[in-house]
Amino acid sequence: MTVKRKKLILIGNGMAGVRAIEHLLKLAPEAYEITIVGTEPYPNYNRIMLSSVLAGGASLDEIIINDLEWYSSFNITLYTGHTVTSIDTAARTVYTDKGVTAAYDELILATGSNPFMLPIPGTEKEGVIAFRDIKDTQIMQDVSQKYSKALVIGGGLLGLEAARGLLHLGMDVSVVHIHEYIMERQLDEAASRMLRGELEAQGMKFLLKKQSEAILGKKRVKGLLFADGEMAEADLIVMAVGIKPNVMLARSSGIEVNRGIVVNDYMETSLSGIYAVGECAEHRGIAYGLVAPLYEQGAVLAKRLAGAPTEGYAGSVTSTKLKVSGVDVFSAGQYIEQPGTKALRFQDETEGIYKKLVIQEDKLIGAVLFGDTNDGAQLFSMIKKGENIKGREKELLLGIPADALASPKGNRLEGMPDDEIICGCNGVTKGTIAEVITAGGCTSVGQIKACTKASASCGGCKPLVEGLLQLYAGEAAVTVKEGICGCTTLGRDEIVAEIKRMKLTTVKEVMHVLSWSNEEGCPKCRPSLNYYLGMLWPEEYVDENESRYTNERYHANIQKDGTYSVVPRIYGGVTSPAELIKIAEVAVKYDVPLVKFTGGQRLDLLGVKKEDLPKMWEELDMPSGHAYGKTLRTVKTCVGSTFCRFGTQDALGMGIRLEKAFERLNAPGKVKLAVSGCPRNCAEATIKDFGVVAIDGGWELHVGGNGGVHVRATDLLCVVKTDDEVLEWASAFLQYYREQAGWNERTAQWIERVGLDSIKQALESPEERAALVERIQKTLSLTTDPWKQIVNTPELRKNFEAISLPETV
Amino acid sequence: MTKLLIGNLNEVDIKGSRKLRVGDTEIALFRLSSGEVLAVENRCPHKGGLLSEGMVCGSKVHCPLHDWRIELHTGEVQAPDTGHVTTYEVEVDHATGSLYLTI
Repeated sequence: MTVKRKKLILIGNGMAGVRAIEHLLKLAPEAYEITIVGTEPYPNYNRIMLSSVLAGGASLDEIIINDLEWYSSFNITLYTGHTVTSIDTAARTVYTDKGVTAAYDELILATGSNPFMLPIPGTEKEGVIAFRDIKDTQIMQDVSQKYSKALVIGGGLLGLEAARGLLHLGMDVSVVHIHEYIMERQLDEAASRMLRGELEAQGMKFLLKKQSEAILGKKRVKGLLFADGEMAEADLIVMAVGIKPNVMLARSSGIEVNRGIVVNDYMETSLSGIYAVGECAEHRGIAYGLVAPLYEQGAVLAKRLAGAPTEGYAGSVTSTKLKVSGVDVFSAGQYIEQPGTKALRFQDETEGIYKKLVIQEDKLIGAVLFGDTNDGAQLFSMIKKGENIKGREKELLLGIPADALASPKGNRLEGMPDDEIICGCNGVTKGTIAEVITAGGCTSVGQIKACTKASASCGGCKPLVEGLLQLYAGEAAVTVKEGICGCTTLGRDEIVAEIKRMKLTTVKEVMHVLSWSNEEGCPKCRPSLNYYLGMLWPEEYVDENESRYTNERYHANIQKDGTYSVVPRIYGGVTSPAELIKIAEVAVKYDVPLVKFTGGQRLDLLGVKKEDLPKMWEELDMPSGHAYGKTLRTVKTCVGSTFCRFGTQDALGMGIRLEKAFERLNAPGKVKLAVSGCPRNCAEATIKDFGVVAIDGGWELHVGGNGGVHVRATDLLCVVKTDDEVLEWASAFLQYYREQAGWNERTAQWIERVGLDSIKQALESPEERAALVERIQKTLSLTTDPWKQIVNTPELRKNFEAISLPETV
Repeated sequence: MTKLLIGNLNEVDIKGSRKLRVGDTEIALFRLSSGEVLAVENRCPHKGGLLSEGMVCGSKVHCPLHDWRIELHTGEVQAPDTGHVTTYEVEVDHATGSLYLTI
């Protein structure tokens, strides 16, 4: 070595500073002799993951970003547990509290932030902490063992993460917030309210519009007094009202300080050879507290130190992506409407989804996503780029199918600079991903994830990673052959053919013989194999209850709170006063919270406890309406010629006959029928799987309709003259569907896939129809009413009750 | 830590589940194909789904609400989701079939 390396010291061993060093080592591994000094007794760890540690989702080891081995492998001198007390800028020397003196040529300040403690009396008491580092996390864990009541002051990002962690630790947690709604810096009011609802459902409590006045207690905290005179008890108070840049050292060293350490676009402070990066730095008036901007700053600084060209740092448009107890929240840019902006909103309270785009002069300037943040990365990228979105607004709001994204995304990605962060969770840049594809030979998203961790955390950037894979690998990009699920690469037809060829008879056998990758399958393949085996071997196969979904296992629809709903069968939607009285009496007796007419002309008793189901079925003494299964649901009817002035045929009679013929039939998907007594089609038969419409002197038979996810009108299959022919064609059609369609494929999708003509052809010959009719009748003859069966079989009935009351040993 | 006698092995179907309440906690009990009996808190960390109602695949249960997968031995939520469910120790007396739960 002839060139003497320059000495570089980094003060602060956290995410931003070490990130800059990592980048520098890639650009100029030989340029510097590096020393890092950090106050905490740990190597560089991921502060963002502290909430996961608190929640028990990660161990301390798992959140270490650079272990000690990394430091030594680059010959970095590391002082942990040391705090730099002063910098002699003239002598270019730093001094630590433990007596270490080190000289530098270049110096980076990455001193981060300190939690902001409210200036109120009592903050020095035991049990008052912040939520900033590993030590705080450990205190919370200890306190939760001994005490129960926690207050978190601050309803922002950090406060909610802390509160969620404390909830996981079993504490009673209330969040104190000065504003009317939580996370007001990241969310608009509507999203904030939805978030609060979700969090309250998980047990978090909120004290809103409360200004903290004083912390009460002698040695240890006892409570918190508010400005309005009210008080809340607390064994632990976590302050999470904000952070402030840690500038003490910079200020005492004569470096220009405003709120943070003032830096220019190259992260240079007011003194030459001294740089600042991360939360302690203030760039164009802004001190950032989020990871992505800090990584961007680190990349600029690394280039500067390596002597590589850089355009400098121009500030960041920030986005927030938060996952609080499974609730995804995202916001970016200017998400509150201002004069001159327009907003598009989508709010779906059934699914808990809310989306808002804020647009100004045809450009996307802000977005809020709640409950479904998959498009976050893409929208964020558009906000940053300031691209014109005229004509695509609705498409963006409602999501774009991945295949439609491929080309414009490619163009957008191509123009993106190499140091732009693609994965904000793990700080992976476009350049890094490009490198592992072009030089590292990654050909799938899975491999990129394994190499770089991009898309490994929240997954929000997966579309961008996919786009980059397309861009750099092109033809070489591997799309793994898709089987019916992740456990196999075989498709439906291959599986059914193999079952027939080898006469496989159980789900386990199929998985074993056809080399399933998961020994016991998954909720996609298990029910489908169960269906195929039952369809192929109706007489021999014993249905596997444990391979059915919850609804079908318990013969009721599970609701969001774990209760169930009961829908008795009401043939053709025709009931009687006696039957109604019976249903009402049962509903009263079992305290049913909601009684509702379904869309299929029957009554739904909702909110039933699982243990009450068998008793209710017994007392109702009605057959199951199968409102929960991939089977015949209802046959909707109009009044028909029984009462109607226009009715040309007996729709009620035909509906009841069809429903009695096909009830309990297992099918690939749910099957809905309808019968209309005249062409006015009041039963809406033309959006059903099998629709029957009366005409003068006959019936039109319609197939493949759907009024659900993708509305599809039926195709006319044929016109028949007699009632018996309706039954014959319905039987043949349904059996052909049972034998040909994939599990979970409704008739509408199936017809789209195979074409109406192929179905017409298959049902053309009377012999073929007769064979199909015979097969469906065989299958139907073997079915029993599930409710009755459970009521009369203790072995089945036991599963509806809690296991016997425990006794202490 | 208390040890409770909670029932007998033959009251839990293979690949099936039963639930019980101890104090304020609802616990789901699972019997795997391997013969093991495992217990976890009957609450998915995602949206509170009842794990006892989910499908058992190997030593994992899929939450019936949104298909989160939970490893029953450790209570760990499986990737890509994250989280943790409390687990409880279950002992089986193979001579009598008695099930004991420690809570």
